[in-house]
Amino acid sequence: MAKYTMSVKEFLEESKKGNINFLDFASALLEEVERINKRFQLLREICDIRDRLYLRPPLNGLPISVKDCICVKGVQSCAGSKILEGYIPPFDATCVHRVKDQGATILGKTNQDEFGFGTFSTNSGYGIPKNPLDPLRSAGGSSGGAAGLVAALDFPHVALGESTGGSISAPAAFCGVVGITPTYGLVSRYGQIDYANSLDKIGVIGKTVNDCALILSIIAGKDEKDQTSIGEKKDYNKSIVTGSRSDQARATDLKGVKIAIPKEYFQNLDKEIEKEVWNAIKKMECNGATYEKISLKNTKYGVAAYYIIATAEASTNLAKYCGMRYGLHGKLEGNFNEYFSSVRTIGLTEEAKRRIILGTFTRMAGYRDAYYLKEMKVRTLIIQEHKKVFKNFDIIASPSMPIQPPKFKDIEKLKPVEHYQMDFLTIPPNLAGLPHLSIPVANKTPIGLHLTADHLEEDKLFKIGSVFEKIR
Amino acid sequence: MPKPKITPEVVKRVAKIARLELTSKEIKKFQKDLSEILTAFKELDKLNINKVEPSFHPMPVRDIFREDVPEVCLSQDKALSNTKHKEKGYFKGPRVV
Repeated sequence: MAKYTMSVKEFLEESKKGNINFLDFASALLEEVERINKRFQLLREICDIRDRLYLRPPLNGLPISVKDCICVKGVQSCAGSKILEGYIPPFDATCVHRVKDQGATILGKTNQDEFGFGTFSTNSGYGIPKNPLDPLRSAGGSSGGAAGLVAALDFPHVALGESTGGSISAPAAFCGVVGITPTYGLVSRYGQIDYANSLDKIGVIGKTVNDCALILSIIAGKDEKDQTSIGEKKDYNKSIVTGSRSDQARATDLKGVKIAIPKEYFQNLDKEIEKEVWNAIKKMECNGATYEKISLKNTKYGVAAYYIIATAEASTNLAKYCGMRYGLHGKLEGNFNEYFSSVRTIGLTEEAKRRIILGTFTRMAGYRDAYYLKEMKVRTLIIQEHKKVFKNFDIIASPSMPIQPPKFKDIEKLKPVEHYQMDFLTIPPNLAGLPHLSIPVANKTPIGLHLTADHLEEDKLFKIGSVFEKIR
Repeated sequence: MPKPKITPEVVKRVAKIARLELTSKEIKKFQKDLSEILTAFKELDKLNINKVEPSFHPMPVRDIFREDVPEVCLSQDKALSNTKHKEKGYFKGPRVV
């Protein structure tokens, strides 16, 4: 097994030279994934990849895991929900199609909070993923299985994740790995099982900034199957600042980079996180960056605006799950309403019901303007506020999460509203559709430095992130 | 506009619209949760944003058109492949009334 303990970069180089026997590699990988999964419950389904006969460049069979809410042809895809149990998509999501087209192998479906409804992956219908850094603690959510697998697996592997309000950054931070949430619309959502259409973004979780740039370069770009897809696409691999440079050269790698530090993001933090993130900012300063404290005063409305918008959209998206065409089926008894209600009542978890009820309530006749429409206006304010900052700064830096991974027994004590407040750092960039990168402040440390850039400036995040990775 | 108080009747009404059957224990729990959530979100009431335009998406979304030519779509067999309730090439649903 140890012979396959290598980075993605090394795997691509070795496989290009023909030095990898894929059957041997796949067998060792499967054995290891099954061992890890027994311990941490990170995947809902593992694909048998040993029968792959033909390997295609450039990825040459590189294993990619896919969050359960992204459809993979012929592989059960449930978005962590029992109401979709048994659903086998007859098609690939666009991002899955694109990585397969470039030669990737789909390793399996990673566990998550049902439809993305959670910050700790404790709301899955298929067991709770555990944090490989400490199995008594949460792997974060909702892409907890994805980040956990990246952290636990020493084989070359990259994960496709998805974020609505922080579901890539939260688990990436908690598991000590890197997560990129791209600009809204950069990656097609076709084939993604929706949570909230105006917020959902497919992204990448990897061990390194380089791994994230590699896969984002493949999955980004226009897709006529998704109305909100935008045409922008760059080769993000070119943004990566590569290694083995002299200390002198490194000291100027970030010259000219202007970092904004919002004071609102440094309140109510775990003390160690506050200290470590400031250390990270000082390290970037030593490499030529400058920083300035600023205020993003409207971000304090972010959590409320997000939960109103996201639950309103989720309540309409989840209306289609009724036990008729796919997923969970009941015995055809009673009339339409009775049958649909009975299947939905069995198939959805408590958190899904809570969010559907909140979302249905805020969309009801008479309340729509007071809630849903108002929050759309709050989103405008938050976008405008960020755009103003980006006139003078390259990036915004903050911690990814206000706390370190909590123990499961402590999560149980949280009220829903306290649970929602944990997202206050990740929600503003998600609401505004801005790209953001979570990168551990040190190797295998569950504290993330959160970098946010202006729309479509993922290349800046990859450049700064790849430098930080070397100096942290 | 004045915002309504979350009573058990409101929760029951919303659950009915959302096609969810709730136990009396769940109704009580959701009434408490929703009240707490909406109270915590009251901070938004202070904002005067009447003149602000809503952002339905974070980025401007334009309609996309394609040439009006037939494309291959999902076959009937594949479309029906995930259901247990089918008959003569159709989905079979519960009775309407």
